[in-house]
Amino acid sequence: MSQENKTPAALDAAAQNNTEATITIQYLSFVLGKEEYGVDILRVQEIRSWEPVSRVPNVPPYEKGVVNLRGAIVPIIDLRERFSLSKVEYTPLTVVVVLQTGSGNHTRIMGVVVDSVSDVISVDKLEIQGAPDFGTKVSNEFINGLVSVNERMVMLLDVDKLLTLESIDLNES
Amino acid sequence: MSIDMSQFHQVFFEECFEGLEAMESGLLSLDIGDIDSEVINTIFRAAHSIKGGSGTFGFTVVAEYTHIMETLLDEMRDGRRQVTKPAVDVLLGSVDCLREMLTSIQNEQDVNAASVATHQAALEMELKGTTGESAHAAPVSTHGSAPTTPVAVEAEPEEEDTADEEQGWKIAFCPYLNLLKTGNDPVRLFRELNELGQLTTNVNIQDIPTFAELDPEECNISWELKLVGDITEKAIREIFSWVEDDCALELSPLAKPKKVKKPKPAPTPTPAVEIASAPAHPAEAAPKKAAAPVESDPSKNAPKASSSIRVDTDKIDTLINMVGEVVITQSMLGLIGENFTMDKVGQLKRGLAQLERHTRDLQQSVMNIRMLPISFVFSRFPRLVHDISTQLHKKITLKLVGENTEVDKAVVELINDPLVHLIRNSLDHGIEMPADRVAAGKPEMGTIELKAYHRGGHIVIEIVDDGRGMDKSKLLAKAIEKGLIDESAIMTDKQILELIFMPGFSTAEKLTDISGRGVGMDVVRRNIQSLGGNIDIISELGKGSTIAIHLPLTLAILDGQSVAVGDETYIVPLVSIIESINITEKMLNKVAGKGETFKLRSEYLPIIRMREIFNVKSGEATKSNEGVIVVVEGQGALCGFLVDELLGQQQVVIKSLEANYRRVEGVSGATILGDGSVALILDVPGLVRLSVR
Repeated sequence: MSQENKTPAALDAAAQNNTEATITIQYLSFVLGKEEYGVDILRVQEIRSWEPVSRVPNVPPYEKGVVNLRGAIVPIIDLRERFSLSKVEYTPLTVVVVLQTGSGNHTRIMGVVVDSVSDVISVDKLEIQGAPDFGTKVSNEFINGLVSVNERMVMLLDVDKLLTLESIDLNES
Repeated sequence: MSIDMSQFHQVFFEECFEGLEAMESGLLSLDIGDIDSEVINTIFRAAHSIKGGSGTFGFTVVAEYTHIMETLLDEMRDGRRQVTKPAVDVLLGSVDCLREMLTSIQNEQDVNAASVATHQAALEMELKGTTGESAHAAPVSTHGSAPTTPVAVEAEPEEEDTADEEQGWKIAFCPYLNLLKTGNDPVRLFRELNELGQLTTNVNIQDIPTFAELDPEECNISWELKLVGDITEKAIREIFSWVEDDCALELSPLAKPKKVKKPKPAPTPTPAVEIASAPAHPAEAAPKKAAAPVESDPSKNAPKASSSIRVDTDKIDTLINMVGEVVITQSMLGLIGENFTMDKVGQLKRGLAQLERHTRDLQQSVMNIRMLPISFVFSRFPRLVHDISTQLHKKITLKLVGENTEVDKAVVELINDPLVHLIRNSLDHGIEMPADRVAAGKPEMGTIELKAYHRGGHIVIEIVDDGRGMDKSKLLAKAIEKGLIDESAIMTDKQILELIFMPGFSTAEKLTDISGRGVGMDVVRRNIQSLGGNIDIISELGKGSTIAIHLPLTLAILDGQSVAVGDETYIVPLVSIIESINITEKMLNKVAGKGETFKLRSEYLPIIRMREIFNVKSGEATKSNEGVIVVVEGQGALCGFLVDELLGQQQVVIKSLEANYRRVEGVSGATILGDGSVALILDVPGLVRLSVR
């Protein structure tokens, strides 16, 4: 169990329920190509359809640009490109999941482009397996753990790591 | 306690800082020799509420410290102590120290114990200096609740009471009838006492009246307490400090203690003892707090503080009114839309016009909320002038004019440093020594005037001094000597004065402590330009100088020129645009095959191709001889931005790109266009720098 990698929200939930034997956490699952990913549902602010973004110059290609989300300027990240998967054309079915990160006064919101949203899954915490080490070939830095739902493997993503990564890029450049 | 006190911390800190400001301005307005008791009272009250608040929130260090200040002030208030200049200076110093302490606590850092200890020692010295007798009498005194007593104990070298058998205190605690009404609960006191040592209570209920006469809000009982343990008198008094005005309190040691001087005190329950001992062992205190930076760096502290703003209720009422109007208009429009027929077009148009008007008003009122009186900045300067003029042995008065002029909160925050620099300059270089002034036929007392007023959508801040003014020939000579200008250059008076804004130019013949800290006038000018303002200077030799800063009223809105690059739209701030011209082939020149310049009248200016620097691929590529050059000024240099098309001028609301995203080079922010899409606002100085690289 990779408990220490849990998001704060999940930890809170854990703290509240630590007397019970089973702890269920709900994840929103979505699809990228043939892979299925999940994010903690408490971090999902809303789900929108893709709309054209305003490009921002001189940033990594997976940072698609910014959109106006009810007056806030919100960056949009292409998860396929972020995970070095093959690019696809955006269709009307392409979905943007708006996620939030941070706590207290410093919450940030960010949209991630995914192929489609599939389900809300309830996962027993004990069923989450630690992410296997793929070596250097595949980065598993965003992956919190794996879970099997109806014979499908769902990779659970760490929202905070996913959304803070670009600031590391900034420091490097 | 199950209540989460931290939710009130923000308010507490704000109140403290307000209190400190009140104390500071009070202290500065004290006229030695003719003391206004009301002013002393104000200062005392401020100190008292800080002490009270910090006690409640458990910031014992602050409470202890303030207590000493309060004692000193109390004696001044009662006329038992002369108000002297050194005393006022010590108090001013301790105001700074308190502010530092509170900032550290607010930022959850360790309090800089060494600095606190120094200030505390100074305070205690001051306290001891005049009331020597009471200080010496205090350690054995057991009577009364005079506030001097606990402090005097603290001022003495550490003394521990050691008894042969049982150590401890007998406390006679007789609350007055109104104790409960003041919100104090004896049980809480006892609970705290019990934490210090073993407490036995003995209740005296003989004063309780008959049931018919009993008022449940009155406290008719008294206690006799026995507290066993190695406890200082001070620690006990500390617990009772909240009720000392509402009770009769007597403390007496259980066994006759022998006074033993202990060089190193045993750990005692109150942290204050540790602080008080610090002056004796500064070397010990410092490493203990090694984690805390010894010099507190205010600029580092600043970002953590979450900012809040106090708003007039009037402003909020106006806002609520406006929102009401908007809601009414909206529902009216909704009604029209529900059963729309063509004959309602007129009505619809009227409704829309109304909505537009209300929205505009609403926007204005919201902007108004961000406006603060400039006195937030100005109020710090009397202190600065007081300190520096004392240090320089100059006689200077500061006049503040137009303190209630309102400016955007962001401007208030950012204008402080440049203003401090300019005022320091005036103090140091502008105003002459008293003797020189008299010799020049001027009044001995120099005057610096700090003015703020509105003029045409801008706020103007002027710093006027009646000092020696600037010597133009000297400036010119200096600039030539430093190689900043050519000897043959012909310059207007204004241009000569503006030389002081050039990097690497310093008029100070010798660097002093006050100015010449490496922040030159060029930095001041750059700061002000980054706020979208500009700075002017007028000076007459022998008569004084005037420095005028023009700033936009708000940083939340800017006048922009939208330009098209490919399919993308960018906003260029209008203030930085000099002119825009259509280019012709003839104007363009390649430099070393790479860089490009164009000839504007007699000058060659570098060109930045926006398409290239922003990597724009969309739209038709412009040929080299098409497009528009927007001539901009950034960082004092002219430069041409090559864009595809000029779109239009409009006011745009500046949105932060960093709130959810990050800083992007060449972009200062973003805005939302009429169609709901996002356009980036160009950072002109940044782009100029980017192109140079």
